[in-house]
Amino acid sequence: MIKTDVVIIGAGPVGLFAVHQLGIKGLKSEVIDNLDKAGGQCIELYPDKPIYDIPAVPKCSGKSLTDNLLEQIKPFGSKIHLNERVQEIKEDKGLWTLKTSNNKTFTTPNIIIAGGVGSFEPRKLPLKELTKFEGKSVFYSVTDKTSFKNKKISIFGGGDSALDWALEFAKYSKVTLIHRRNEFRGAPHTLKELEKLKAEGKITIKTPFQIDSINEGKEIKFINIKNDDEKTEKIETDIILGFFGLIMQLGPIAEWGLNMDKKTIKVNTENFQTNKPGIFAIGDICTYPGKLKLILSGFHEAALASVECFKRARPNEKYRFQFTTSSKEIQDRLGIKK
Amino acid sequence: MPKITYIEQNGNSKTIEVDNGLTVMEGAVQNNIPGIDADCGGGMACATCHVYVEDSWLTKLPKAEDAEQDMIDMAYKPNKNSRLSCQIVVSDEIDGLTVTTPEKQT
Repeated sequence: MIKTDVVIIGAGPVGLFAVHQLGIKGLKSEVIDNLDKAGGQCIELYPDKPIYDIPAVPKCSGKSLTDNLLEQIKPFGSKIHLNERVQEIKEDKGLWTLKTSNNKTFTTPNIIIAGGVGSFEPRKLPLKELTKFEGKSVFYSVTDKTSFKNKKISIFGGGDSALDWALEFAKYSKVTLIHRRNEFRGAPHTLKELEKLKAEGKITIKTPFQIDSINEGKEIKFINIKNDDEKTEKIETDIILGFFGLIMQLGPIAEWGLNMDKKTIKVNTENFQTNKPGIFAIGDICTYPGKLKLILSGFHEAALASVECFKRARPNEKYRFQFTTSSKEIQDRLGIKK
Repeated sequence: MPKITYIEQNGNSKTIEVDNGLTVMEGAVQNNIPGIDADCGGGMACATCHVYVEDSWLTKLPKAEDAEQDMIDMAYKPNKNSRLSCQIVVSDEIDGLTVTTPEKQT
């Protein structure tokens, strides 16, 4: 059981900055995120795309924003628990207990939900019959590529993941790459390599096609693909791989009894607390009149929520507002040596 | 004010007036049109405001940028009529536009 002042759900920019705002107030926090790295949407959706509206930073990438935030919160030593999702929460006498998908337990007076639009999960092919083959012959990510040797593999998608795996598997398997339009979106050298393999007959490309159906029975033997003109083709297939990026799913948060508005959580704008005392929501996942889904708004929300977290975690202490520029106490917490 | 018609897969249809300058996505979200999630809020980062534009309107709209097409690759059951409704800006020129929402977005 891990005891802490605040558990932060979500390691996106707003969750990371919450660590800072809590840390300078002397509060300990732990961060939990379903992804395999910190950064949230910034890292997962647009690591290289520029952001122009971080105050005093004319231009930065999602990656550099994340790296800088991680650097900024280093002094506080908060642990970031990755590849983990909070499954359930329970309240007892003002303390919350959280259980994660890896069976870790946390106890805390404060939970800050900074979960964006939920946790990222792979988007799936739009054919219900494929569900029962998931993990056996239908995959949305590759963990063990050796099991894909000498197979007939149908790969769906037109981005980097689909292309990179198509090139890799073409070395030792029969690969068909299927995409809904003729244009692929990949790094120039990848596209060149794809053209080469296609010309050499080492890879089959089917565009503009999408999946239509599969054979009946307990094993996948072939798939039928269809284009916009309803023309179908049959492709012998052992393994189906789909690379359509990630989608955000709210997941268990929806079951926690919080006041919701569609997929967002209602909060007050004084301290970003939800209808449950001790549960806060900040960043894209919260809503209030005038809410803007901007990183800078999330930073502000983190600052205000951290004050109420302090009051709940240290009921016998008085909260005193201080500036980082002049407070010896804060500078000590930041490990600044003079 | 331009009128936009949103048709659901079950045939239900709603025609609403949307202010010039808003997007077809915003018109839907502000008027509780079912079937348009718009998770990312209009940032062309999620493909959950995917719609099918009626054939006759397809060529009248400004062409989709590459980045929009890349995102439509990720949408649920895209076809040649697919657009992201957050990228269609309402103006008098598109008064009467009709779009169909997909059976689901993810």
